[in-house]
Amino acid sequence: MSNDPNLKDKLAEDARELMALPGELHIDPLERKWIFVALGLIGVFVLAILYTAFAKHVHPPGEMETLDSARLHLGGEFAEDKLGVVTQPDGSVKVTLVAARYGFYPREIKIPAGQSITFRIASADVLHGIHVPMTNMSTMVVPGYASTVTTIFPKPGEYPMLCNEYCGMGHDHMWSKLTVVSQENWRSGLTNTQSTGR
Amino acid sequence: MADKSFKTLILAHLWVAFGAFGLACVLGFYQVLERSGLIDFIESPGVYFASVSTHGVLMGFVLTTFFIMGFGYLVAATSLKTPLWNPKLAWTGFGVSAFGTVMAAIPLLLGKASVLYTFYPPVQASVFFYLGATLLVVGSWFWAAIMVVMFNQWKKAHPGETVPLPMFAYTANAVLWLWTSAGVALEVVFQLIPWALGWIDTVDVGLARTLFSWTLHPIVYFWLIPAYIVLYCLVPREAGGKLFSHDLARIAFILLLVFGLPIGFHHLYMDPEQGKGFKMIHGIGTFLVALPTLMTGFTVIASLEKAGRDAGGKGLFGWVGALRWRNPVVLAAILAFLMLIAGGFGGIVNASYAMNAMVHNTAWVPGHFHLIFGGTTVILYFAAAYAVWPKLTGKSLATGSLALVQLWTWFIGMIILSTPWHILGLLGQPRRISSVVYNSLLTLAWDPYELAMIVGGAVLLGSALLFLHILAKSQKRGEPVEEVTAEIQYAASEHPVTRVPALLNGFGFWNVVILALMLANFGYPIAQFFLTKTFGSTGWGY
Repeated sequence: MSNDPNLKDKLAEDARELMALPGELHIDPLERKWIFVALGLIGVFVLAILYTAFAKHVHPPGEMETLDSARLHLGGEFAEDKLGVVTQPDGSVKVTLVAARYGFYPREIKIPAGQSITFRIASADVLHGIHVPMTNMSTMVVPGYASTVTTIFPKPGEYPMLCNEYCGMGHDHMWSKLTVVSQENWRSGLTNTQSTGR
Repeated sequence: MADKSFKTLILAHLWVAFGAFGLACVLGFYQVLERSGLIDFIESPGVYFASVSTHGVLMGFVLTTFFIMGFGYLVAATSLKTPLWNPKLAWTGFGVSAFGTVMAAIPLLLGKASVLYTFYPPVQASVFFYLGATLLVVGSWFWAAIMVVMFNQWKKAHPGETVPLPMFAYTANAVLWLWTSAGVALEVVFQLIPWALGWIDTVDVGLARTLFSWTLHPIVYFWLIPAYIVLYCLVPREAGGKLFSHDLARIAFILLLVFGLPIGFHHLYMDPEQGKGFKMIHGIGTFLVALPTLMTGFTVIASLEKAGRDAGGKGLFGWVGALRWRNPVVLAAILAFLMLIAGGFGGIVNASYAMNAMVHNTAWVPGHFHLIFGGTTVILYFAAAYAVWPKLTGKSLATGSLALVQLWTWFIGMIILSTPWHILGLLGQPRRISSVVYNSLLTLAWDPYELAMIVGGAVLLGSALLFLHILAKSQKRGEPVEEVTAEIQYAASEHPVTRVPALLNGFGFWNVVILALMLANFGYPIAQFFLTKTFGSTGWGY
């Protein structure tokens, strides 16, 4: 650590030295080339991520939104009668789930393939995670916070929704069923907007 | 190195580290067996989760911390050629850490702390687990202080001289650890302990996870830097060569120190309590920190290539065959690199801001870190042990080629274990389950991979026991070594090291940079929990 009383001057000097650093070092020409290759590699990865994020809008979940996990059942968005699959007036599909030992409620839901689905999930007790295998439908479910994920399921079929975070001795048993139906079947069977099971 | 009590201090640290490692390997084998569902009567979530928690704490906290402390004192004293500063303080640190380890181990083994090594509030463990883990870390702060004092004392006594690379790098690790451990210390001291004692009713889980993420990434560099010191400072000499690039080695260690710290949010990509913007910034930082590892790969392989060519290797790859494959330190380095390449590739997937969603918390993740920590890092801890054991015990390694068998089996076992683990992750298997009970066709595809993992676990357990056997037998029955070879010799540099710039000979400036980066990357994400109304969680059993 510096004992210099004038820290600002010291830092300015350090900064000057930092600029001069590359010239003072012994760097083998081959190694210099490798560093550029390495930086190029890293650049390609970072650009790919920025491209998918900003041009294709692929993001992980993440908007801090608080809620009281101990009072979910007392009303509001995550009250029992509000859970399940709802087709909004604009045709978009919203799924509201509560994660609690040991399941995601409602336990069975049905959604359409090929269109954007927004999941809203809250924990009623401890930490959970939800993942539909081999898809990017994934989020942690943290008590005290609402999780939101929006994604599209391209392929119809039956998928498990697995809890992927240790939540207690029954963790192995924590899963629910997700059925993705084709657009045609979804439209023809659109008599009930609410899911069947509870 | 003549001081017997100093050697006792180092051996005490290493035996605690490797003893914990051996026990953790036994638990690991039980876990692959239990998880496969092959043997009915050992099926038990209670035992399994207690075992996983203990395995994680022993490997991640006990093996690493004790090995790093012991090897660190040894590097300090031998590279600076001065006696250890304040051995009493070092023994006190050892005692505090050892006491903490026992205090945490009892509830762990009794199933009273099955919260995994990442703590996971709001499930609540016995308060003795949190206190014990805290003491383990507090003991390691004694070590970090001793390293920093020895570094500064040497610089004062040798004005204008260059601090030897091994000590420079190890002090970077001590500084890194002080910064790293602050996050989890804040979580445990201000949240978990008061909560477990009933002084406060609730903890904010979002804040707890954010503080833990502060620690969770740089801690892997705390584990990795001693392994890199083996690569830079021991391997070239054991290979019969010199270190290819000394100046850039110092830069690599500084980059690990500075950029390893402010990037922990790649552990929180899937979390709701942090925003996308900070996640992306941490994500880009995560890619930048690949640079020192890519530089290390180049420099160390270049050092090996020169040594191989000097030994008569010809052609593009002829030097590979000319390497000293029968030298345990060289062999460990080669195997470590192979695992680093595969593990690094997997790490790029995890680190990717959006792609991570496909593998988050799946079996892919433990597959990845077993390869890169259990593989690359731990095999270099073995190498360090084989290199220093004769110096510490005064006896040669009792069983020359057995060490080679041990290293090869560790490598092969790790490949057999971690390859199917990665595949299971891609097939959607969650990482922390004790059995597969989902009524879904998907799970049929998992079975063969789980069986392969049992084979990997068995090979690894055998290799671990062989390692302990070699160390014990050498210490007891090895041939006395001559006085001449009793000193640790560090690799010389290809180019004579005269004077390096002050920035590469101290940490004052870099601490200021770290402070600024930590404020930028963690300042608001932590402050937000105090700026908005959040709802804490009461404690839950499990």
